[in-house]
Amino acid sequence: MELICPAGTPAAFREAVDAGADAVYCGFRDETNARNFPGLNFSREELRTAIAYAKQRKVMTFIAINTFMRAGQETLWHQAVDDAVALGADAVILADFGLMAYTVERHPQQRLHVSVQASASNADAVRFLVEAFAAKRVVLPRTLTIADIARLANQIDCEIEVFAFGGLCVMAEGRCSLSSYATGKSPNMHGVCSPASHVRYRQDGRELVSELGDYTINRFPAGEAAGYPTLCKGRFDIAEERGYAFEDPVSLDVMDHIDALRSAGVSALKIEGRQRGKAYVAEVVSVMRRALTAGAAERPALVSRLKALSEGQKTTTGAYEKRWR
Amino acid sequence: MTLPLAITAPLSFVPLVAIESVVQRVFARVIAAHPGLFDRLADHAAKRYAFLPSDLPIGFLVEPSVRRISVHRKERAPASDARMEGEFVLLLALLEGRIDGDAVFFSRDLTVSGDMEAMLALRNALDDCEIDLPNDLARMSGPLAPLVRRAGEEIRERALGRVLKEETSQWN
Amino acid sequence: MTTSVSPSKPALSLGPIYYLWDGPKWRDFYFRIADEAPIAQVTIGEAVCSKRLHFIEPQLGDVIERLESAGKKVSLASLALVTLERESQLVRGLVRDSAHPIEANDLSALHLLAGKPHSIGPLVNVYNGATARLLASRGARSICLPPELPMASVRGIIQDNPGVAFEVFAFGRVPLAISARCAHARSKGLIKDNCQFICGQDTDGLTVETLDRQPFLALNGVQTMSHTCQTLMQELLELAAAGVSRIRLSPQDCDMVAVAEIYDDAIAGRRTIGESLARLESVYPGIPFSNGFHHGQTGAAWVKVPISAEFPVA
Repeated sequence: MELICPAGTPAAFREAVDAGADAVYCGFRDETNARNFPGLNFSREELRTAIAYAKQRKVMTFIAINTFMRAGQETLWHQAVDDAVALGADAVILADFGLMAYTVERHPQQRLHVSVQASASNADAVRFLVEAFAAKRVVLPRTLTIADIARLANQIDCEIEVFAFGGLCVMAEGRCSLSSYATGKSPNMHGVCSPASHVRYRQDGRELVSELGDYTINRFPAGEAAGYPTLCKGRFDIAEERGYAFEDPVSLDVMDHIDALRSAGVSALKIEGRQRGKAYVAEVVSVMRRALTAGAAERPALVSRLKALSEGQKTTTGAYEKRWR
Repeated sequence: MTLPLAITAPLSFVPLVAIESVVQRVFARVIAAHPGLFDRLADHAAKRYAFLPSDLPIGFLVEPSVRRISVHRKERAPASDARMEGEFVLLLALLEGRIDGDAVFFSRDLTVSGDMEAMLALRNALDDCEIDLPNDLARMSGPLAPLVRRAGEEIRERALGRVLKEETSQWN
Repeated sequence: MTTSVSPSKPALSLGPIYYLWDGPKWRDFYFRIADEAPIAQVTIGEAVCSKRLHFIEPQLGDVIERLESAGKKVSLASLALVTLERESQLVRGLVRDSAHPIEANDLSALHLLAGKPHSIGPLVNVYNGATARLLASRGARSICLPPELPMASVRGIIQDNPGVAFEVFAFGRVPLAISARCAHARSKGLIKDNCQFICGQDTDGLTVETLDRQPFLALNGVQTMSHTCQTLMQELLELAAAGVSRIRLSPQDCDMVAVAEIYDDAIAGRRTIGESLARLESVYPGIPFSNGFHHGQTGAAWVKVPISAEFPVA
């Protein structure tokens, strides 16, 4: 299985390459990619240098252009694809059908991967993408169990990439407008979720209150680990119940299932975290690289290293196990 | 870990200008070595960032667009757009990109307030810079270089050791 | 907006019921729609959760017959999230056996419907003209645009696709997200696989409040909806002028016949927009309106639009 690693900056890119990535994925510094966070991402020139660095070390570069084109401003997305192809991207990762159609028409030789944002969660969906756009690989949504993935792999003529570690979307990716409902900025249209521009922390007595737009997302009593106010990871009241309505603030971690994923027919494991620092990238990539070759007995030690870098310092296997549902 | 008194106490006597001239030189080096920093910051370069070490009597105000870093007694801290508070060594380690901002924040060792987007932009922009403070400081310190470097490294080792230890023990 | 514009008037369409209503309630709702509501097009069927299908299946034939004899065009909604083999089989069966057009709500339906006339539901990501063109080239005849789209996008997409009928989500809680996990069951101490159809207790969704007691969202099984009711009423003339063919009303547990009448009266010029909003408020009381998505703001926002023109009286 290939190890696909995130890079939000050139420094993180080099760390990922040096730490043992088979491929690094990254995006341009604009709304064309789903991690359009302040201070992150690549200029054309930075990407040219990064790709050269990777190529010398036989590492691939995938360029994520995985938001949805805004009507009337398609040129921005078209230009991103044209530039990615010209820069020598080993694959472009796309979510928008209109942009996929453009890519197939203009750059028929370009390898096209389907972003998790496209929400292809079953065999017929993948067939649509293969048939309409000659997709070579699909990144599966984090809504499937390992058994679902194995069954799917047998039915399609397309490589499968799955998320193995990092932040976890509770909602089907690419199909969530919670962020724009509260802030006007959405993953699909602006490449951001629960954007920092709308985040406020405020002290209320002994509690730290995190707010997104006009809404309280959480309150942390003194001493409790605080989290970023990602909307679906907040604490809410439902009838008489108070708690994490959608998901606890945890990270996805499927280290214990590497063998099962391999035999399910998965081609590549993806690490989430283009918004994380280079230290995080270096650590996670090198541990994951070791885990891929280590025996099952050695893995628990590697897992506990990764836990230190997890959001909320707790991990979940998410939808990969049926009882999560 | 808070800084030993031996280090923090003199800060009460050392003239601020002396501290300021050292940090200003480090800052100038960082900027010269990483011109891409401003591209990354974009509009956020015009913001004022305050770094307030919880274990020191002083704070730092960074104004990227005018390439200035100034040092203040905490009680006279000037207005800022975004603020980050935490132990000095943690702020240094973060500056160097040696620990992950998210991980530290989630463990609540850092407090960020004000313009979160600006602070995030700065953190991400700094993360792309390969800042190596002990080296940078030592190179400009002449005959005292080895001493400065050793002190710097020690501080960093202790900071990181502590963070990793707490992270693996505290939250599970 | 000027009074000189006299666009062709959009028709009303009723989207699928997203909530779980028991069989009799579901049937009676549609019987009344068939008999009384000035609605041209009705999309029925379960889009949210495959586990709920058996509640409506026994009623489906009767409901379709009643709607059709009342002159309504009927189409069937496909599932929005298809992950299990059983769910794939359901969508395949629907496409294979249905005598009625299908509204596609996920990518598997897009695959299965290729070459057949069909419609696209608001849960498929159509953000630009190129995507609409691609879908139209595969057989889509009408597209209900995602509720998140601002007016500029709606206008641009329609201009790019003169041959397609476009529909806009103009009344109802907004379907904001869908998950493999059931937050609704979870909130009552259950999990999806053993949910006891607990979502059926909340026929208009289960309110999610912030810790500061602000009503924020509504749970509907695996779907998360807005607490507010998206209400495009002030914007109807603008939508009509942009070439929108149909105005979609999404069923809430309120008097939807009255809602349809209010929209119909407004479009026919029988009532002013201001009067129509006041009437809506009394039909679906206690739930705030929103139209922020349409205006490119936070979706929950309510933007008061100065009304400079009304529909000409029919």
